[in-house]
Amino acid sequence: MIETIAQQPILAALVALVGLGILFGGLLGFAAEKFKVEGDPIVEQLDELLPQTQCGQCGFPGCRPYAESIANGDAINKCPPGGQATINAIANLLDVPAPELDAEHGEEAEVKTVAFIREDECIGCTKCIQACPVDAILGAAKLMHTVIADECTGCDLCVEPCPVDCIDMLPVEEGMKEWHWPAPPTTADLIASDRRPQL
Amino acid sequence: MKTWVTPGGVHPPENKHQSLTLPIGTLPIPETLVIPLSQHIGAGATPCVEVGAKVLKGQKIADAAGMFSVPMHAPTSGTISAIEHRPVAHSSGMLAPCIEITSDGRDEWIKHQGFADIENATAKALLQAISDAGIAGMGGAGFPTAVKLNPGYRRPINSLIVNATECEPYITADDSAIRERAAEIVEGIGILSQILGHPSNIMIGIEANKPEAIAALAPHVVDSGISVVSFPTKYPSGGEKQLIYILTGQEIPSGELPADIGVVCVNIGTTYAIKRAIVDGEPLISRVTTMTGDACGINRNYDTLIGTPVSHMLANSEFQEEACSRLVMGGPMMGFSLTSADVPIVKTTNCILAPSYEEIPDDEPAQPCIRCGMCAEACPVSLLPQQLFWYSQAQDHERLEAHNLFDCIECGACSYVCPSNIPLVQHYRHSKGEIQKARADKVKSDHARERFEFHQQRIEQAEKDKEAKRAARREAAESAKAKAADASNKAAGDADKPAANSAADIIAAAQARAAAKKVSPEQQQAKFERSIAGAEMRLQMAKEKLADADASQTEEQKNILSAAVEGARQKLEQAQLRLQEHINAHSQTKNGEQVD
Repeated sequence: MIETIAQQPILAALVALVGLGILFGGLLGFAAEKFKVEGDPIVEQLDELLPQTQCGQCGFPGCRPYAESIANGDAINKCPPGGQATINAIANLLDVPAPELDAEHGEEAEVKTVAFIREDECIGCTKCIQACPVDAILGAAKLMHTVIADECTGCDLCVEPCPVDCIDMLPVEEGMKEWHWPAPPTTADLIASDRRPQL
Repeated sequence: MKTWVTPGGVHPPENKHQSLTLPIGTLPIPETLVIPLSQHIGAGATPCVEVGAKVLKGQKIADAAGMFSVPMHAPTSGTISAIEHRPVAHSSGMLAPCIEITSDGRDEWIKHQGFADIENATAKALLQAISDAGIAGMGGAGFPTAVKLNPGYRRPINSLIVNATECEPYITADDSAIRERAAEIVEGIGILSQILGHPSNIMIGIEANKPEAIAALAPHVVDSGISVVSFPTKYPSGGEKQLIYILTGQEIPSGELPADIGVVCVNIGTTYAIKRAIVDGEPLISRVTTMTGDACGINRNYDTLIGTPVSHMLANSEFQEEACSRLVMGGPMMGFSLTSADVPIVKTTNCILAPSYEEIPDDEPAQPCIRCGMCAEACPVSLLPQQLFWYSQAQDHERLEAHNLFDCIECGACSYVCPSNIPLVQHYRHSKGEIQKARADKVKSDHARERFEFHQQRIEQAEKDKEAKRAARREAAESAKAKAADASNKAAGDADKPAANSAADIIAAAQARAAAKKVSPEQQQAKFERSIAGAEMRLQMAKEKLADADASQTEEQKNILSAAVEGARQKLEQAQLRLQEHINAHSQTKNGEQVD
């Protein structure tokens, strides 16, 4: 048998190649099983980039569903809380050009806000508690509610259900701890020997 | 002694001689002093006095808020006139909580005394005393000294380095303090050494441009185990990490502290404050501050009370406002411009610089980077400033971190040498702030995601629980019915009927029920009789109630009660009627059977 193969170069090559094919095919098959990736890692990465306000302004019930939708080819400019920074980051990740924020879904807020319940006016209906996606509102039926400001993502979802309109979205005050140096003015596109830019 | 040479560095004009012509002076006590509650790194202190309270010099006016904080003391005697937000020395120009003291001019000390027996005092007691005296690093960062001296679980400390470098131009606070207070400084170093368990290596690092100070120290360090090490002048040699490298040749790894390589580095001003606190029992209420610049007629060092407004200092130094280009707190390299002269001197203020327009002209407009590489040569931390500038403009946080932006000590050497006048340090500070903000946002958004996922899970669980309860109730109802049917089967003596035990056997159970109804007229009759008995009883009770109520109740209530009596009577009649019908029907069936 081996002698016949050795004497027939074509047969030998065939056997060798098929043998190698089977060997590496087996290896690859084994690796595919052994190192199987659970779930879609791109969804995880997209979810990491989204701001996690869970506000639903994109039309999906939370950030993760939107991340899944982006992974399936949805537009990446539907997230107003994330704004242009998030769009840029996602565009960078997916290697696509970064579009402008889709105005249909809302505008990028200038300042971060948190919900504040005017406690005197609260009737204790618990509607806002049910609406809060991150359980940041404390209270019980017929008892006053209040917002845990540190947990609030500023998603607005509690404002609408309130029957007495006692919830305000207040801007987060920036203290000395949050302050950081502003960017210096950008350099003028002129060389030193040329005329000076207008100040 | 061998010293090492740091990479990079610059040699700006020193301008130190102006403020060294006069000895350390004192200012008249200002009318009001403003003491910011946060003059150090860490949590701000909590006021422990009320507005209107009388305080003596050295009395504690604010408690340390936790381990990583220091208390504040009244710099002079007087009355607390306000506790409110005031402008403070911060680059943001924001207001911060402050205590204002209106001085009474008597400058009366509170009763105080130092340690009786320092040599036998424990390190813990000494550290507590240092913390209680409100001492935070006086070199610039304001790190609470007691925390620094207590590295705890870290490696044992084998080197104590006292930083007398004072490499920044114009500033002479440490220089003049050494000239006049060398004995006390060395005493303070002795206390530090005792706290740290007598490290084998105690060095005072000082630049060679201060020969008078070196000479002043020399007689006091003889036989004390302290070596005064001088090295060539270069900016920035006074950074903690730079000085440690110059004196020991050891580099501190990125992100670690000097204590991690067994070194503690303290400013020389701090050692003086420690001596005052331990030996004399005086808290930190004053410091040496340089007042200099061509816009001031008098250039000298002052022993300034903490909380003295900068304007008070200027007023006593022949300040010409129109000649001054800007007011700088700190030196020309690392200091920051003040937005107002009302801000107070704090524990970390080593210099007030009031330069003329010739000394520090207004910033030239920045030109584009020409990639000359001079900044890279000047950088004392061997970073690539031009690359950092590039990525900073592009807001490429990932690359900035990869290029070790956070190892930048913001010394300003790169901006100093830049031929295009690019404010490089400001770009780095901005980017550092942005990155830190992004990190904080990331932590927050991860937290929000966790809470959202938990919220979802909880709602799903609640839904499942509800569903399970509903199913359980349905099952319970069915099995109860089946049981009832089973029981009636037995009562009817129908042993042939199979018991409907399983829930699946619904049809069988239904049949059984139907059969049970059919074959148990006696039971039915008993049930009717029971209901009649119940109705009778209710009627009786309603009647009694009506009888009791007659006297005291109003007309309306009586009506309700009599309506109840009427209702009960009707029910009884109905029940009786049903029983009668049943009996009739049953007897007919019986008759029928008999006929058959």
